[in-house]
Amino acid sequence: MAAAERGAARPTGDNRTSRRRRRRREHCLRTSGLAPRALPGQRMGEFTVHRVRFFNYVPSGIRCVAYNNQSNRLAVSRTDGTVEIYNLSANYFQEKFFPGHESRATEALCWAKGQRLFSAGLNGEIIEYDLQALNIKYAMDAFGGPIWSMAASPRGSQLLVGCEDGSVKLFQITPDKIQFERNFDRQKSRILSLSWHPSGTHIAAGSIDYISVFDVKSGSSIHKMLVDRQFMGVSKRKCIIWGVAFLSDGTVISVDSAGKVQFWDSATGTLVKNHLIANADVQSIAVSDQEDSFVVGTAEGTVFHFQLVSVTSNSSEKQWVRTKPFQHHTHDVRAVAHSPTALISGGTDTHLVIRPLMEKVEVKNYDAALRKITFPHRRLISCSKKKQLLLFQFAHHLELWRLGSTVATGKMGESFSNKKIGERSQKLELQLKFCLWKNGRKNGDTLPLSKDADHLLHLKTKGPENIICSCISPCGSWIAYSTASRFFLYRLNYEHDNISLQRVSKMPAFLRSALQILFSEDSTKLFVASNQGSLHIIWLLEGSFKHLHTFQPQSGTVESMCLLAVSPDGNWLAASGTSAGVHVYNIKHLKLHCTVPAYNFPVTALAIAPNTNNLVIAHSDQQVFEYSIPGKQYTEWSRTIQKQGFHHLWLQRDTPITHISFHPKKPMHILLHDAYMFCIIDKSLPLLFMDLLDERTLVAVERPLDDIIAQLPPPIKKKKFGT
Amino acid sequence: MVEEEGVRVVRCGGSELNFRRAVFSADSKYIFCVSGDFVKVYSTATEECVHILQGHRNLVTGIQLNPSNHLQLYSCSFDGTIRLWDYVDGILIKTFIVGHKLHALFAIARAEDSVFLTVNKGKPDVFQLVSVKLPKSSSQEIEAKELSFVLDYINQSPKCIAFGHEGEYVAVVRDFYLSVYFFKKKKTSRFTLSSSRNKKRAKNNFTCVACHPKEDCIATGHKDGKIRLWRNFDDDKKYTYTCLHWHHDMVMDLAFSVTGTSLLSGGRESVLVEWRDAAEKNKEFLPRLGATIEHISVSPAGDLFCTSHSDNKIIVIHRNLEASAVIQGLVKDSNIFTGLMIDPRTKALVLNGKPGHLQFYSLQSDKQLYNLDIVQQEYINDYSLIQIELTKAAFGCYGNWLATVEQRQEKKTELEMQMKLWMYNKKTQGFVLNTKVNMPHEDHITALCFCNAEKSENPTLVTTSKDGHFKVWILTDDSDIYKKAVGWTCDFVGSYHKYQATSCCFSEDGSLLAVSFEEIVTVWDSETWELKCTFCQRAGKIRHLCFGRLTCSKYLLGATENGILCCWNLLSCALEWSAKLNVRVMEPDPNSENIAAVSRSSVGSDLFVFKPSEPRPLYIQKNISREEVQWGVFVPRDSLLTFSTKSPEEKLTPTSKQLLAEESLPNTPFYFILGKHRQQQHEKLNAALENELIQLPLTENIPAISELLHTPAHVLPSASFLCSMFVNSLLLSKESKSAEETPNDVDMEEEKESDDSDEENDFTEKVQDTDNTDLGEDIIHQLSKSEEKELRKFRKVDYSWITAL
Repeated sequence: MAAAERGAARPTGDNRTSRRRRRRREHCLRTSGLAPRALPGQRMGEFTVHRVRFFNYVPSGIRCVAYNNQSNRLAVSRTDGTVEIYNLSANYFQEKFFPGHESRATEALCWAKGQRLFSAGLNGEIIEYDLQALNIKYAMDAFGGPIWSMAASPRGSQLLVGCEDGSVKLFQITPDKIQFERNFDRQKSRILSLSWHPSGTHIAAGSIDYISVFDVKSGSSIHKMLVDRQFMGVSKRKCIIWGVAFLSDGTVISVDSAGKVQFWDSATGTLVKNHLIANADVQSIAVSDQEDSFVVGTAEGTVFHFQLVSVTSNSSEKQWVRTKPFQHHTHDVRAVAHSPTALISGGTDTHLVIRPLMEKVEVKNYDAALRKITFPHRRLISCSKKKQLLLFQFAHHLELWRLGSTVATGKMGESFSNKKIGERSQKLELQLKFCLWKNGRKNGDTLPLSKDADHLLHLKTKGPENIICSCISPCGSWIAYSTASRFFLYRLNYEHDNISLQRVSKMPAFLRSALQILFSEDSTKLFVASNQGSLHIIWLLEGSFKHLHTFQPQSGTVESMCLLAVSPDGNWLAASGTSAGVHVYNIKHLKLHCTVPAYNFPVTALAIAPNTNNLVIAHSDQQVFEYSIPGKQYTEWSRTIQKQGFHHLWLQRDTPITHISFHPKKPMHILLHDAYMFCIIDKSLPLLFMDLLDERTLVAVERPLDDIIAQLPPPIKKKKFGT
Repeated sequence: MVEEEGVRVVRCGGSELNFRRAVFSADSKYIFCVSGDFVKVYSTATEECVHILQGHRNLVTGIQLNPSNHLQLYSCSFDGTIRLWDYVDGILIKTFIVGHKLHALFAIARAEDSVFLTVNKGKPDVFQLVSVKLPKSSSQEIEAKELSFVLDYINQSPKCIAFGHEGEYVAVVRDFYLSVYFFKKKKTSRFTLSSSRNKKRAKNNFTCVACHPKEDCIATGHKDGKIRLWRNFDDDKKYTYTCLHWHHDMVMDLAFSVTGTSLLSGGRESVLVEWRDAAEKNKEFLPRLGATIEHISVSPAGDLFCTSHSDNKIIVIHRNLEASAVIQGLVKDSNIFTGLMIDPRTKALVLNGKPGHLQFYSLQSDKQLYNLDIVQQEYINDYSLIQIELTKAAFGCYGNWLATVEQRQEKKTELEMQMKLWMYNKKTQGFVLNTKVNMPHEDHITALCFCNAEKSENPTLVTTSKDGHFKVWILTDDSDIYKKAVGWTCDFVGSYHKYQATSCCFSEDGSLLAVSFEEIVTVWDSETWELKCTFCQRAGKIRHLCFGRLTCSKYLLGATENGILCCWNLLSCALEWSAKLNVRVMEPDPNSENIAAVSRSSVGSDLFVFKPSEPRPLYIQKNISREEVQWGVFVPRDSLLTFSTKSPEEKLTPTSKQLLAEESLPNTPFYFILGKHRQQQHEKLNAALENELIQLPLTENIPAISELLHTPAHVLPSASFLCSMFVNSLLLSKESKSAEETPNDVDMEEEKESDDSDEENDFTEKVQDTDNTDLGEDIIHQLSKSEEKELRKFRKVDYSWITAL
């Protein structure tokens, strides 16, 4: 197991964290310079921009991906146990996520019975996820030690798991649970990969050094195909079968740690063809539904595409040919999936890469472009505008930073200007400003920091669960965060430079876990969206709190609210789930005010404009709506926009808008940003968060991808001219 | 005296063997390759040239076995003909006249009576692939004008065209696209590598193409070293390709094995790569093939491969990737730093060949005899590397010694230089390194010259350098107790006013050394290394320097960069004459006193032959080459060989860099008289050595002669003056002994020489036959009895004087 060995060779945790902390300090000093950026004078005024690069966030590596053909959704599990669900139809938006757990390392992920998602891991449990309530439905021990592999039957009624002790267990999927049915013939070593024959009569199981073919009816092994340990003439210790695929013509394709892709005839148990494709492990395989192409991922970061092509144009004889290699990863490709139009791969380098197949794409639009998803499509940063504090959310801790400050004033940059998107946006410009977030400092002066950014607080969570969401109040004196089972609220006291933290105890029983937390603008109210679909409003007092009200979900739906927005005057609260419309509540009267009609694409960001109380909604297809809450209707601007349509360059953006804010003095100006841009494109620096501190100050948190790569374990070394 | 006609330029060899892919015969016994206007047939087992198929009147551009009769070979040429040969007997069977300039030929089994040709009809850069029907007729010369068009706008190189299995389709690549034409469907599919223009530095250009013999699979080579294997190319949408990447530089050629199980590729790495089962990880290598692989071909029997290399070499390789035979032609490097030399032993032409090597090329058999590794370091093929260059070489002492200079300059101040002296080893019949001198000079060596005097007991070598010094190196005993080892040491360092030394030359007898220091020529006594005199003409830097020979040994010639040719008289120490001539090459004829000079004019290069004693040329040949002639040398078969490189824009034509052998050049009467005479003299010397030995001590006793002999040549008065004095001194001594002996002696010689003069007359008659000009009459006139006698007398005296030295 090459991957495990490499993992062990890393320095121990303590060493690394201390070193990382030191580096982060330096980083902050170096890069959080204040660059004043002049947005066009008479329109936007001048901004001082804090370019923050000390958010040391590293996403965890991708372990499994599972593609669901029916709903066109992709489930991705990461090494920390997080499971994310991407909607491929909705512009690849990450619409759901299940927080990770330290002891729950997923090793296998599969869809069954249409929309049911199962995972299994090294703790020996099979878990089913509730995709509506966004929590775990149940966890069931398979009693076979760590589970390495899992496969749902072609019809979706049965689930097969391969365990550490060499057993293959068959489970029946009942409407609300799974039920153990029987064991297959026990093998000598762990079952690392499983694949069903499309007819459901046979299965292939990859183990160490051999592949077994089982008859499902009898449960007995009918063939044992030994895999050559030889690796380029040198005998390696063991050959691990990382993946198998059973085709309907009886061919079994196996990928193994010796870098081979092998084709076996399951009827005779013989090797048909051998492709040596890598010097390192081939770790994953996925076959298309038509069985005319498959994809494999290697530990060298390469993804190979194999296609079934006819030998000559006038003969029916066909052969498997390795066609294109794709090198989009720097590290191990742990998981691959094959959708009808794209190859999907993910691995240790934390990127999810979606590579469309050109020959399957009908129209050459933006869907035909390569996509690389690295950052979650949700907020990890919140900011206290008054105290100039930033709260960073990590998997197991929170960090509170105070921004640096300067006394210097810089000259306005010359080249910085607003760039219009073509001629069609001329009319838009009156209301919606598109401003460049340009890379580089040439736009304005970089100001020296008179006071460095300060790391105020490092708050570790208790327990093995990951943090779901967190928030700091605008006044900076409250911090709230939630894990899957507990909700925490802290009160912060500032005495000069010292800071003291006090946990607010005795949280009410209903506040167990939250999907989204939001403080009102005056920091007196706390809004919590729980995973039962209900919304709680809590009144914060000095050191204590009071439960004000709970909005129960609409009858019949259990959909959880994931996005919240409160109006600056504190009268209105907007909440949105993943698919249904946006609900607007009146906080004064504590009742549902109205519901914005549902749209085809999920909501990615919400905000309510000051003064006008217009609700701005961004969807995953890059559409932006403005809805007047008092008027209960779309605004005139929104209607004209919809009539004219957005500019195609704007619509072609592939990263969803993750945050919306407003200019406090000029409420007509809406500031939008997604992972790469603040209104318009910046391709080089992923932007995680941006907000206005006051009318003249802008804060932007960047996370260069190179910094993430630098913190990953080293990839397999390849000789450039290796022979 | 300008000769307009009668000079024939014969392209006798040195042509490119690597111009096109070599072709194997069906039984793999023979290998065919184009070579200039000829097709050469080599035996794969013995490497010998079996036949030369001559008949084309211009460059042969393509050869292919006749698919319907594998004992016949098609060839096409720029002269617009396709010829069919019986290669076993070397007979031309048929000539098909097409009429256009033909650039490539393809013959496939499916189209029995037609062949495919690459022609350009309209614009010079637009090439078309056409098929030509070859009419069946019994006559020798048949017109084949039935052209049918297949594909337009294709690449000129035949490497960019390949026919698919059973001739069902033809694949053509150019720039960034691949076109496949299906003969049955009459449809063209075109695949463009679109990313090529978007990506920076992506070099996706197609360079070559090959088709799988059994499957629908096309392999293409690319500029960035990738090989793409295209499949499903009959569908414009579902086509797919695989990449194989090992080459770090352009893939030069590709070939599938006969069964199609393996793919061969080669490039500048000089490694033949065999991709088995088209798998990236399953490949075999044949490394260290010496030079860039230009072409790869596979024998129809499947047992042999062959690679053509940029150093004009063909390597025959067994199926198991073992090189079995090497056919090596003249290596043509872009820069001939060493110039042209003749190895006195083998009479082979010597010049630098492969990087760091000196090649010995036989002009008679048109093949390389021997390759001497001078630098003795592994050559790393990389454009960015600055390589060690072999810059100078010279033979000395009748081929016993060879001096070479190699240098490498990374930066202006970092010069690495080595001089090596090689001794000929009779046992091994090769050169053995004797002395290695690190940094013989501080700066670049500009000239290298051995003292080649006939009786010099101590080998002497002179080097001149830009650092302002010239150094004299002599062979001395090495520090060995047996005193057997010898080595070279520096004997003398000379300089002149810190001027750069540009050229050097020894006089024929070795008594004088002329070294030019920019504009000044200095003459040194080779015994004492004293500066004897200087000449300064202020006519520009001296580029070439050479002493006259035989009767003209009192003259020193210098050619300057400003286009002035000066001739100094060493006796009077004055300028004899000067002429405006932009001399590029100046070579003395080893057999006569004539000197050949090649000058550069605006239209081309002209050849002049003259005698140093008079400023009139004996012979002029205008326009021997359109380009600048860089080097020339007299070869032992009495002809001048010139080497011309054409300017880059003309390099496209394959006739560039050809060797021109001017055969009838020295057919001047002077040559015949003097050349003959010298032979005679040698014979005489050998025959009459015993007789003369008695007489020689006597002559030495005469004070006039001894004085004459001990005075350096350049201070001696003119020969005509000396002659009478010398004869007088002889007469005086004879008188004192016996008056009768002299007439006898003269009679004897007269008898002897009358026999010789008959021979001479024969020669002159021949000359008269060949070129019936005024010149011939001149000779007859000149050789009238009385004049002849006078001449002979004078000559006899003159030469005895020289031999005495």
